[in-house]
Amino acid sequence: MSEAATSVAIESVVRDSYGRLVAYLAARSGDVAGAEDALGDAFVAALKRWSAEGVPEKPEAWLLHVARNRMIDAARRKEVRQKSETFLQQIAEEAQAVAKTQEYFPDERLKLLFVCAHPAIDPSARTPLMLQAVLGVDAARIASAFLVSPAAMSQRLVRAKNKIRDAGIPFHVPEPPAWEERVSFVLDAIYAAYATGWESLMETASTHHALAAEAITLGRMLTQLMPREPEALGLLSLMLHCEARREARYTSDGKFVPLDQQDTTLWSQSMIDEAERYLRSAAAFKHMGRYQLEAAIQSLHANRAKTGRIDWKEIALLYEGLVRVAPGIGSLVGRAVAIAQAGELAAGFAALEQIPSDRTADYQPYWAARGHLLRLLNRKDEAREAFDRAASLTDDPALREYLFQRSADNI
Amino acid sequence: MKYALLVHQSQEHFDRRNDAAAVAAGKAYGEALQAAGIFVGGAGLDSPQNATTVSVRDGKRQVHDGPYAETKEFLAGFGIIDVPNLDAALEWAARHPAAGFASIEVRPLLGSHFMVGTPKPPK
Repeated sequence: MSEAATSVAIESVVRDSYGRLVAYLAARSGDVAGAEDALGDAFVAALKRWSAEGVPEKPEAWLLHVARNRMIDAARRKEVRQKSETFLQQIAEEAQAVAKTQEYFPDERLKLLFVCAHPAIDPSARTPLMLQAVLGVDAARIASAFLVSPAAMSQRLVRAKNKIRDAGIPFHVPEPPAWEERVSFVLDAIYAAYATGWESLMETASTHHALAAEAITLGRMLTQLMPREPEALGLLSLMLHCEARREARYTSDGKFVPLDQQDTTLWSQSMIDEAERYLRSAAAFKHMGRYQLEAAIQSLHANRAKTGRIDWKEIALLYEGLVRVAPGIGSLVGRAVAIAQAGELAAGFAALEQIPSDRTADYQPYWAARGHLLRLLNRKDEAREAFDRAASLTDDPALREYLFQRSADNI
Repeated sequence: MKYALLVHQSQEHFDRRNDAAAVAAGKAYGEALQAAGIFVGGAGLDSPQNATTVSVRDGKRQVHDGPYAETKEFLAGFGIIDVPNLDAALEWAARHPAAGFASIEVRPLLGSHFMVGTPKPPK
């Protein structure tokens, strides 16, 4: 096999099994960095061996075997043999079992996801940790997506992995009553990846774009790993609804298009259908939550493609539920706009005014919404001020241009 | 793994530590740790006003009155527990009777060779 063909084969194993292999090793050693290092070495060894001898029948078992040997070497160097002997023995036995039978080695990715989003881990490290440990995204790419220097991102990741190992964060799937909160941390970390990828969609081929795709991959994985968790389905539905509109968010010459004016023929109907399916499956569990509500709101927007109108009354109701479970600034602003669009203009504006000013000072969507409602109320000068303020709070040039345009359209 | 539960609290709560209810809750918690077989050691600490801080610099002993750092919240007690992992330690920390008003810092002890135990009589 040529080296090129081997690297393609390795790439496919990495794509399909990287997270499973890291999770499997780390769940036994408690050491994410050690697992990644050992696997990295195993992939290097594979590149050499497989180009000469071809890809083995069970590439994962082969990689596990090599990675285990690397971990034994590392343990010897650090003289922590006693502590690691048990798990290394366990890995050896299981690797043999996997090699002999048709069985696949146990999938521990769910445990790894819970570890990455453990409350003892710095929240700003949770999403990067997931992307790296579960999907194998390299630190430099993660750094660029999160707009921090590669050195700073590496440091953040190293600190988090050290904490997992040294503080004894357990690799287990939490149980009630901790379950719901711990799941929400995992969902939030995945959604943060999506939101980071979403915000700067202008650079279509950029790392940001790729990040949104990685987030959806994580979302799909999660629904497979916890098929009975409606919020995981809700999150996937939400991300797919947003992703379906990718092509419609900007015109071909780069101008921003607000959601209610997007050309619905540019929306991906197949993605919308998929999002709707997940939302329906979630609803069957009859356990409402933040992400299902957000997905349901997006679903009503998606309906415009069929009905030509937006059911703002229904959206306002959903926001009412959303502010109860997740009273973030985003849901408060969304609720106010929905009330106003549903015909209760004064009530909507009053709801906007009730949001404490310390939360709105640097929140762009608040000022855009305020400009919009003031315009509807015919308070022209205040509307212009609000749009200008909104424009100065965004880092998206297309959105800034759009907001200045709205400020200038002083009808 | 062994973890230290370090109780940081304000003067206001520290002053109420001898209230009958606080004493009873502290005792019950200690007994629960014992009963679970995870208690390694621990104690409440006297006021930081009674602390004396010692350091040796350039071979010279320096002693000064007061705690290492003057802070609004200070270390008021500690416990050492032996549990399987951080989640178990966090669960016990949350049950600490002071957790409702103080902050319980949970820190793993350094390695398994850390010296904890009953002092042996001098030879």
